[in-house]
Amino acid sequence: MFSEFLTQNLQEFWHLTGFYNATWQHLVMLLVGLFFIWLAIKKNFEPMLLVPIGFGILIGNVPFNTTAGLEIGIYEEGSVLNILYNGVSAGWYPPLIFLGIGAMTDFSALIANPKLMLIGAAAQFGIFGAYMVALLLGFAPDQAGAIAIIGGADGPTAIFLSSKLAPNLMGAIAVSAYSYMALVPVIQPPLMRLLTTKHERVIKMKPARAVSQNEKIIFPIVGLILTCFVVPSGLPLLGMLFFGNLLRECGVTNRLAKTASNALTDVVTILLGMTVGASTQASEFLTSETIRIFLLGFMAFVIASASGVLFVKLFNLFLPKSKKINPLIGNAGVSAVPMSARISNNLGLEYDPSNYLLMHAMGPNVAGVIGSAVAAGVLLGFLA
Amino acid sequence: MKKRLLTLLLVTLACVTAISAQGRRGLRLNEVMIVNDSTSVVDDFGRYSAWVELYNSTFAPLEISSVFLTNDRTNNVLYPVPLGDVNTEIPSRQHILFWADGEPNKGTFHTNFTFTPGEDNYIAIYDANGLTLIDEIVVPGSLLPGQSYARKVDGEGGINNPDDWEVRDGSAQKYITPSSNNIIKSTNSKVDNFAKHDPHGFAMAIMAMCIVFTALLVLSVCFYIINRIGVSLSRARKIKAFSDNEELEEHHKEHDTGEVIAAIAAALAEHLDAHDKESTVLTINKVRRAYSPWSSKIYSLRELPNRH
Repeated sequence: MFSEFLTQNLQEFWHLTGFYNATWQHLVMLLVGLFFIWLAIKKNFEPMLLVPIGFGILIGNVPFNTTAGLEIGIYEEGSVLNILYNGVSAGWYPPLIFLGIGAMTDFSALIANPKLMLIGAAAQFGIFGAYMVALLLGFAPDQAGAIAIIGGADGPTAIFLSSKLAPNLMGAIAVSAYSYMALVPVIQPPLMRLLTTKHERVIKMKPARAVSQNEKIIFPIVGLILTCFVVPSGLPLLGMLFFGNLLRECGVTNRLAKTASNALTDVVTILLGMTVGASTQASEFLTSETIRIFLLGFMAFVIASASGVLFVKLFNLFLPKSKKINPLIGNAGVSAVPMSARISNNLGLEYDPSNYLLMHAMGPNVAGVIGSAVAAGVLLGFLA
Repeated sequence: MKKRLLTLLLVTLACVTAISAQGRRGLRLNEVMIVNDSTSVVDDFGRYSAWVELYNSTFAPLEISSVFLTNDRTNNVLYPVPLGDVNTEIPSRQHILFWADGEPNKGTFHTNFTFTPGEDNYIAIYDANGLTLIDEIVVPGSLLPGQSYARKVDGEGGINNPDDWEVRDGSAQKYITPSSNNIIKSTNSKVDNFAKHDPHGFAMAIMAMCIVFTALLVLSVCFYIINRIGVSLSRARKIKAFSDNEELEEHHKEHDTGEVIAAIAAALAEHLDAHDKESTVLTINKVRRAYSPWSSKIYSLRELPNRH
């Protein structure tokens, strides 16, 4: 009798364990999580993003009995993970990240050379190119819009938009966006080499002029008013971005700027990365749709990078010889800050060791952040 | 201290006014039935009474206790919605139904007035002060028993504008919807429109890229202008500063480069033979460095400026 009781309880316990509930899908996702962690630690690919996401994937894919009502899964209402996930599903983590980005970004390069903003606009073609392809593949317009935003190479924007337009695809879209951002050093250089000539790669640009403090203070205020008057639906992201930048530049709120750019951003990055990773629960994530989303995301990213480079080449046709722009900064129009600007710089140095492009590339790079937030606002306005 | 208190008071006042104004103004009369002829809904007591549907057109919950409902143009404060009932909070974009049966003792949602069939019936909502009109409508006397008078689109349109309202007879096209949306949407019409008229996404790509370019072009032009003004202002300031100081002006004209200074230093060293125990060989070679401040992250993420 007693042994029967013991056996029965142990059997029940066995049914609750991960070993009993594991499926091959869980194992695949656990391997994906381990791959992300490996990329982050061994290859140093965006460790601040990939470690939380990778570990989040491990957390989200530990198998358990979903019918037992243990309130441990990220999709189970009331569970701790579900409460943390609210920042993603309700879309309030991304604006907080934008606050931090604004507080840590110096817009001087953009203010000194405002025409570089157009490169940031051109790179957004990746989003709408991918939108067209997504429609061809049979996605509905709102889903296509949510997937296409991956081309903006901006994780918080991708999460924000997909939480509004296609919440069911958000996990795949977020992981795809962050994966491609981490893979910027792998994807962009071959493309940039392919689209530029040796002569173009060594174009030297004039150093940017010094920007006054007043201009830096005016920028976030005018930037907010102009962009949000055009696209009010971009307000959550653009509002927080410019607010963070004003905290930084006004000179009287250093404490707030430091908190926004350090502690707050770190806290939200940890929560965002971990919960996005955990949202890739195998049962929800491993579908043919996810594979299509990853393919579309790659396409969007390639089109966006190529559009930036090609736009600079086109722009150069109308510029005097002394004011030509090095097309290697075109890739920075996607908003992966500051990785894509660093790629421009490194590639520039490869062809001319004295040609430092970083500060020039930062212009289109931060314009890309604004551009992708505007593009997200446009999609939200049209499709939500 | 006084200044701080005053600022705090002003900010609080502005917030309270803004929140209150924004919320209550969003309350709308949405649908009315003057004669409920047993084809519509019954109240909690099983009776077919006239009803008024209110709609919260805002995107936040709206507490309506203490607002006034009236059907009398001379008495704005005829029926105050009672305090202390949790059900008087209308969720975002949702409805609430009041029974115009003249029996307020039956509960919060039973008004102390009734309607007069066959005549024009005036209905209004006034804010808690009894003076601010929130919404009003005159229901035409031609409304038949069992018919409702409803906004064509929930909460949309102006105050007392009959063009935004229509008579509903309960047919398949003109359904009566107490406590529910006047227009029942099964899909997102915006998405449907794009799916129908722009199946390949060209229109979206063209429109969206135009908007993105416009936004950044406007910003770019604006900062080009600010840039020009800034440059000319700083030039003017420099000229003024240098003209005040002849010595500085002299220095300004020289433009000594690093190479010139190095050459002068080398010439002096050779002439004065200052380095008697050294080789006196000065090399000025270009050094190839992989590291540069330009490639350093700390220069892309500039230090916070201090206010002087």
